[in-house]
Amino acid sequence: MAETKVAKTLDAKGLYCPGPVLETAKAIKQINVGEVLEVIATDPAAKPDIEAWARRTGNQILDITQEGGVTKILIKRVK
Amino acid sequence: MSENKKKLSLIVFSGTIDKLMPVGILASGAAAAGYEVNVFFTFWGLNSITKKAMEGMQPIDKNYEQFGPVMMQRMKEMNFPMWTQLLEQAKEVGEVKVIACSTTMEFFGIKREDLAPFVDDIAGVATFLDRAEGGITLFI
Repeated sequence: MAETKVAKTLDAKGLYCPGPVLETAKAIKQINVGEVLEVIATDPAAKPDIEAWARRTGNQILDITQEGGVTKILIKRVK
Repeated sequence: MSENKKKLSLIVFSGTIDKLMPVGILASGAAAAGYEVNVFFTFWGLNSITKKAMEGMQPIDKNYEQFGPVMMQRMKEMNFPMWTQLLEQAKEVGEVKVIACSTTMEFFGIKREDLAPFVDDIAGVATFLDRAEGGITLFI
C-alpha cells in the first residue's frame, strides 16, 4: 500500500479504556469522510477496542502496527 | 448500520464509587461506538448525582473500603477521569439520555435543580422500559 495521507493524528498515549475510544470518536468527527485519522495509543485494549468501535460505527481500519507497547492505527472515515 | 442501531440501558441503583465507575466507562464506551445509551438513576444511584453529593467524596462499598485510598491515588496517577466526567463525555460524543427517577426524588426530597446538569428528564419505570426495549439492559 502506498504511503497513506494522514489528515489528523490523535495522541492517545497514556489514556486508558475508555479514553482512546472516546477520543477516537471525537477526532473522527474533525476530519472529512474519506480522510484518514491516525491514532497512537499505549493502552493494551486500544487495538481490540478501536477495531470493535470501527465495526460498530462503520469506519474502516486501514492499518495497525504495534511496537514496544505503542499501537498505531490508521482509520479511514467512511461515514 | 444505523437501521439496526444498538442500544445500552443502565439502571443505576447503587451509590458507591466502585459501582459508579463502570457506569461511566460503559456509558462513554457505548456512546463512542454509536450505541444509543439510556442511563436511569434511581435510589442510591440518584442520590449520588445531586450537586451536593458530587462536590464531596463518594462512598465506596464497605467490602472494598481498605482499597479506597490506594485506588483514588492510582486513578490520580493514571489521570483517569471521574465517572461523572465520563458520563459528560459520553453525552458529547453520542446519543445519551440521562433519566432521574421521580419516585426517588420525592422519597429523598430532591428537586430538579439539586441534580447534576447532565440529567435530561425526570421519569418513571414505564418511560425507562419503553426506551430500553430491544437493547441490552444492566442493573448496576
